[in-house]
Amino acid sequence: MPASILKDTFLESRIYFGRLLLASVIILSLLGVLVGRYSYLQITQHDIYKTQSDRNRVHVQSVPPTRGLIYDRYGKLLAENQPSYTLTLVKERVKDLPQSLSLLQALLTVSDAEIEKFNKRQRSRRPFEGVPLRFRLSEEEIALLAVNRYRLPGVEVKAELVRNYPYGELFAHTVGYVGRINEREQKRIDPVNYAGSHHIGKIGLEKKYQELLHGQVGFENVETDARGRVLRVLERTDPVPGADIQLFIDSKVQEVAYSALLGADGHSRGSLVAIDPKTGGVIAIVSTPSFNPNYFVNGISNKNYSALRDSLDLPLFNRSLQGQYPPGSTVKPIFGLAGLDYGTITPQSVIYDPGWYRLPNDERRYRDWTWAVRRGGHGKKVDLHQAIVESCDTYFYDLAYKLGIDNIHEFGSKFGLGKLSHIDLTSESKGLLPSRQWKRDNYRSPWFPGETLSLGIGQGYMLTTPLQLAISTATIASRGIRMQPRVLKSINGEEQEPVVAEVIELQDEQSWQVTIDGMRDVIHSIKGTARRIGKGAQYKMAGKTGTAQVVGIKQGEKYDEEMVAIRNRDHALFVGFAPLENPQIAIAVIVENAGHGGSKAAPIARKVFDAYLLPRLAKDEKK
Amino acid sequence: MDSKDFIRQMPLHAGSLVAGPTFWQRIHIDVPLMLLLLMLTAYGLIVLFSASGQQWSTLYRQGTFFAIAYAGMLIIAQIKMQMLRRWAPWLFLIGVCMLIAIPFFGTGAKGAKRWLSIAGLPRFQPSEIMKLVVPMAVAWYLAHRTLPPRFKYVCIAMILIFLPAGLIAIQPDLGTAILIASSGLFVLLLAGLSWRYVLAALTLLGASAYPVWVYMLHDYQKGRILTLINPESDKLGSGWNIMQSKTAIGSGGLEGKGWLEGTQSQLNFLPESHTDFIIAVLAEEFGLVGVLILLAIYLCIIARGLMIGLQAQDSFNRLVAGSITLTFFVYVFVNMGMVSGLLPVVGVPLPLVSQGGTSIVTLMAGFGILMAISTESKRITR
Repeated sequence: MPASILKDTFLESRIYFGRLLLASVIILSLLGVLVGRYSYLQITQHDIYKTQSDRNRVHVQSVPPTRGLIYDRYGKLLAENQPSYTLTLVKERVKDLPQSLSLLQALLTVSDAEIEKFNKRQRSRRPFEGVPLRFRLSEEEIALLAVNRYRLPGVEVKAELVRNYPYGELFAHTVGYVGRINEREQKRIDPVNYAGSHHIGKIGLEKKYQELLHGQVGFENVETDARGRVLRVLERTDPVPGADIQLFIDSKVQEVAYSALLGADGHSRGSLVAIDPKTGGVIAIVSTPSFNPNYFVNGISNKNYSALRDSLDLPLFNRSLQGQYPPGSTVKPIFGLAGLDYGTITPQSVIYDPGWYRLPNDERRYRDWTWAVRRGGHGKKVDLHQAIVESCDTYFYDLAYKLGIDNIHEFGSKFGLGKLSHIDLTSESKGLLPSRQWKRDNYRSPWFPGETLSLGIGQGYMLTTPLQLAISTATIASRGIRMQPRVLKSINGEEQEPVVAEVIELQDEQSWQVTIDGMRDVIHSIKGTARRIGKGAQYKMAGKTGTAQVVGIKQGEKYDEEMVAIRNRDHALFVGFAPLENPQIAIAVIVENAGHGGSKAAPIARKVFDAYLLPRLAKDEKK
Repeated sequence: MDSKDFIRQMPLHAGSLVAGPTFWQRIHIDVPLMLLLLMLTAYGLIVLFSASGQQWSTLYRQGTFFAIAYAGMLIIAQIKMQMLRRWAPWLFLIGVCMLIAIPFFGTGAKGAKRWLSIAGLPRFQPSEIMKLVVPMAVAWYLAHRTLPPRFKYVCIAMILIFLPAGLIAIQPDLGTAILIASSGLFVLLLAGLSWRYVLAALTLLGASAYPVWVYMLHDYQKGRILTLINPESDKLGSGWNIMQSKTAIGSGGLEGKGWLEGTQSQLNFLPESHTDFIIAVLAEEFGLVGVLILLAIYLCIIARGLMIGLQAQDSFNRLVAGSITLTFFVYVFVNMGMVSGLLPVVGVPLPLVSQGGTSIVTLMAGFGILMAISTESKRITR
């Protein structure tokens, strides 16, 4: 210490003591501030921060319910859920999306189309939700991803249940298919119940019974870390799985119907509907050509879809419900019944058939179908029975003219013609049973008598769906009790009550017998138009053939099958039921552009009758 | 005091009672301070284990640092204060030179150069050494002047303080700069700096706030201050840390969620949980009770430090002891204040609890000096 400086040690230590005292006061008060601050956070605001910290770590995750299964009437699976491994990306956790995608492309086969689809799906996703990139990963691909996991943050392999249709084409139109929920559907569905669901019924039963099959979503409270990784499940509400449903459809009969309808060349277009007249249950319902619904489940490729959409054969078109065809002669039994019921004719009344019909004061001749084959018509005395058996057009021209459009419309409606059947499937067409009112509304012109004649043989304006033909035939089979057609037999094993749509009461119940006798002899008599299918049958049938013109034939023109382009050829139709005494199945068959109903459509019906009835008859015999 | 008077008051045969220094005194250890430091170390390690995600490796590393630090403390405690006082100006010069060298030879991360590598020595932060050297240098300068210091001396002392602090601030390392500046200023204040100067300085500080804000602070530093005013403004950026640490502290409540049970820290919602934000882990898991216990230990350490300062016999020792203790308190206050959202986020660790070897070694070296001072006072008393 330099001696030149004189230090006042006493003063110094006094100052020092004072300053330390002050410092202590400041320290204590600042510590007080800290204690106050921590008390404020930990006591006063504890609840707020407790909630905040729980919100940080606890997240609600939805647990999608398992979709209900669809069985045929014998318990065969028509729609099932198969485990499938899907590659998904969570955008929030992917560091560099384009880089991850190109890495994935190098590892697995990921097409550009799949990446395009993936980008599209990004738009309708929820935050922190994985968006699928590839479906149906193989074991090998899963292993590859596992090895490269560290390079791919946010990339996950998810096991999910994916809908599968083991019968492929067979039930495409009826069971329909599910597909990924699109943006439009996203707005319509209940966001809570569908929180974990990715698929929704698009057509057919899958759409009709969507809510039933879907079930009720479950929830899980999970604890996640800051990176969003799930650590454990804190609480769980189990989902309620969708209901399993059973159909009236007999998949064996369906298979027979499908292959018979496709024909030997496998290219025939047409439809077949078979229903149980007692319950209205649909035994088989086929529309050919069909398509594989499995393609649609996770998004069909553009190429495949345009092939289906642009095909001239219209495989996506459900002919059974949407196809509207002129019924041709298949409606004659109904109009015969109408004649009897309105007293226009009796079973005994006869007409003279020269092979054509002419309205009074009209030059125009309405030809019978025999005109193209032979002259002279069906004979000099044709009664209702013969008119049905031989499908005499002249008889029904006369009958229709006498009945008049109003009666025809009134009576035909009772059989469900021109009306929605309210079957439990989607996009059904109404068909058309014309009336004066309809003509006025649509053509602004009155009804002409000549139009009634065309109507009498199921031509002209009249259009029916195969389903409507099957229903009207079933109504004849059950003698006036028209059931509402249904595909669904039971829900979770609970049988659904059949619904009666209409009960038709005739003036004379005997009229049913007269008509059915006629339909029987269409098959079981020498002159019947479908006599060839009666051969070797172990049961009796009743039916009616039809051949419907696709293009009109001008007056005086000769119809030549050879000359007419294939797609303008006549449709072959057949309706019928069996067994005669105790009808168990009623059928309508249409084969497009196939020609004659008796030769082209009726044999298909016979095969389906056999497939459905023979096992049952055998069982009855055993008893 | 006449020694005969002293002897006359002593009873006969009392020689054994006043017999030489105790074992602890002989190895220059201040027992109360040592016990408090050990308590704090143990508490800190328990919290760090939880904060590091229950990694034993982190604990071993920290334990090793503590071993080195305690050893260093013991060694420094043996040094005579007279010697330290003689070295102080030279250490200061070397330190400043190294700080000047840093922009040219230094290394670092995140745009801040803080480390210096000299061949043959482990990589180190010169700024850490300055935490002890600056108060010693100021104390050295003031100790042989008449106190309270005159204006000229104050000015020179200010240069001694703000030259290194400024160099550190531009590294940039605002936290350390604040700690160093305050350690130097504490010396000045304890030396009896006139309140007029204090008042003038505060006025100047207020006036210079604007130019400092505009020209001197980096964007991330401005961001931190803005965040403090309104943490909600930037929830995912700099506000995130504060939101999460406040959530951790608040959700701990009175009794805490339990050791290793803090969801904010264990599930990684809390950033920097094992370094600067470790108090949030403690607050979450041990609650307000745990925080108060920690504060109590700190308070006792500070009280002991001040007591050592009071007992010191010479200005240099007094000033150094006071400054070290008060700076220690600044650590505690700034860290706990920033984590709880009272102060802007500056890089100040929670002393002896946060992970990090350098700060532990420096702090313990400071306590080594305190022990040296304490030993010296006792010897003189005797």
